[in-house]
Amino acid sequence: MNKIESKNVHLYYGDFHALKGISMSIQENTVTALIGPSGCGKSTYLRLFNRMNDLIDNVRIEGDILLDGRDIYKKNIGMRIDELRKKVGMVFQKPNPFPKTIFENVAYGLRVNGIDHRSFIEERVETSLRQAALWEEVKDKLKKSAFELSGGQQQRLCIARALAIEPSVLLMDEPASALDPISTSKIEELIYELKTKYTIIIVTHNMQQAGRVSDRTAFFYLGDLIEYDDTPVIFTNPKDIRTQSYVTGRFG
Amino acid sequence: MKRKFKQFTEKLIEGLLLISGSLTSITVLLIVIFLFKEGLGLFTTSPMENKNVIVVNKLNPVEHLTAGQIKKIFDQEITNWKDLGGKNDTILLFTINDLSNYFSEEEIGENFEYLPEKLNSIVDSIPNLLAVYTDKYLVKELKGKIVKVDKNNIPDFILGREWFPTAEPAVQLGVLPLILGTLLVSIFAILFALPIGIATSIYMAEVANERVRKILKPIIELLAGIPSVVYGFFGLIVIVPLIHDTFNLPVGETALAGSIVLAIMALPTIITVSEDAIRNTPRSMKEASLALGANRWQTIHRVVLPYSMSGITAAAILGIGRAIGETMAVLMVTGNAAVMPHSLLQPVRTIPATIAAELGEAPQGGVHYQALFALGCILFILTLLINIWVEYVSSKQKFKK
Repeated sequence: MNKIESKNVHLYYGDFHALKGISMSIQENTVTALIGPSGCGKSTYLRLFNRMNDLIDNVRIEGDILLDGRDIYKKNIGMRIDELRKKVGMVFQKPNPFPKTIFENVAYGLRVNGIDHRSFIEERVETSLRQAALWEEVKDKLKKSAFELSGGQQQRLCIARALAIEPSVLLMDEPASALDPISTSKIEELIYELKTKYTIIIVTHNMQQAGRVSDRTAFFYLGDLIEYDDTPVIFTNPKDIRTQSYVTGRFG
Repeated sequence: MKRKFKQFTEKLIEGLLLISGSLTSITVLLIVIFLFKEGLGLFTTSPMENKNVIVVNKLNPVEHLTAGQIKKIFDQEITNWKDLGGKNDTILLFTINDLSNYFSEEEIGENFEYLPEKLNSIVDSIPNLLAVYTDKYLVKELKGKIVKVDKNNIPDFILGREWFPTAEPAVQLGVLPLILGTLLVSIFAILFALPIGIATSIYMAEVANERVRKILKPIIELLAGIPSVVYGFFGLIVIVPLIHDTFNLPVGETALAGSIVLAIMALPTIITVSEDAIRNTPRSMKEASLALGANRWQTIHRVVLPYSMSGITAAAILGIGRAIGETMAVLMVTGNAAVMPHSLLQPVRTIPATIAAELGEAPQGGVHYQALFALGCILFILTLLINIWVEYVSSKQKFKK
């Protein structure tokens, strides 16, 4: 079954036509990589799935995006925005923990969604931190500020924070671009493990990373979806010459 | 050649910058030194005005008096020597004004030439007398005894509750009512200004769209440019009558009026500084909160405000600093009664208002003049502490990032 479907999606920033009719469907429990040169619209596209683009003034969106078969942009018949954001977690480019303790960072999503039950929160925080492979490193300092963690640990904390509200989709916007190689490989391992439970969409500039972690890869160029196929096909046998040039590093 | 010229100009510019920097520092330092030199001089002088001396009978055991005791004697709150550590005997007060009760004009002489001798004899003959007269009437072979008056000292100055800087014969220099008046007015000003200021800054940073912000921001900055005397005028014409009518008071010039005017004056500082702090919250942090299903208000309350808390605290302290030092507007609306403040609905007097109102009539170098400088020192120390506090709070903010 298709977890996410987008049908002929256009997006305009004022007069700028940023996404030009993107249609693609994403299967459940897969990792989809969005690749392409800077400014091609891949981050914009990613942010459509949890309606993050709504925050920007002068944005116009056309077309349909369906999550579990329900339209997320139609106000009356579709999914409410808070319901959507509970189902779709997001990890950002730079680690952005809240100015709170490690525990409260992970508990945040639960608290803002009205969950106060203490033992439930504690249990969920531990589960999420374990899923994000961070529990062993922070279990003794849950009451410490999240800013005391290293960059890689902060990013895994942000993943745990997103997992705590049990989303079914996880959006990752270049989650390892600000991290060192060791932290990056930890995040990649994590993505591989999380795949069994979540549908993951990841934006990356790193070709090797896309090749290592994803099942399917979509290549964006100047607001168009050029090619979308199984990752090995995109990297070894692309149909479009632009895709081939990009993945072999001839432009970027 | 060209290179040498370039080197020369660089040296010249460096020198000019050094000179202007050190000139500024030296000026500031000189002002502080001047302030403290004049202010601390107070504590080496006596509270007796016009070179008055106090003379008593030789057998009187009382050796020295404080300015407070002298005032109580003159107010007839102390009427017995035993309250001052002497014998059980009523105090008979004698000043030059009482002269005619004791001597005829002939006895004193046409040009007061016999006056010193007469004063000497009266002190000698009446054991319970306390005579106050200027030292030019003292004779060499004094039959009485000069009572020493304690010098002004720091504890009495700061903790004293009476401010009568022109009282005769001994001035009363207790500045506690002024310090408390300043703090009362300033603290309530901040209590009024802070909720409104923070609400406005949240509105401007997080809620208002760009167009509204572009209108609002210059208006608020304009508020900071209005001369304080205009605020005082506004307070006098609008706020004072309002308070007078609302609370049914004999006078509307109260601490409350001062607090409200100061609150309005502190608003631009509070709004500008805390809006900056709120806008400094990284966009990604707000997005992370929204992405977790939080709504806009939850995001403001749980992420934006905690993140910008130290900036908002700095804004509040800066506001207090502004309020404490403010002179003109407060002088105009608080009623300026140097009494211990008990409620917001009574007149109070602040330190800056006192200095502004009294310095003009205080003779240079006199006790009153020095006392006003000492008040200036207290104000300086207060604002210095506040600045250190701001530095401390904002250095914590830097560490956080």
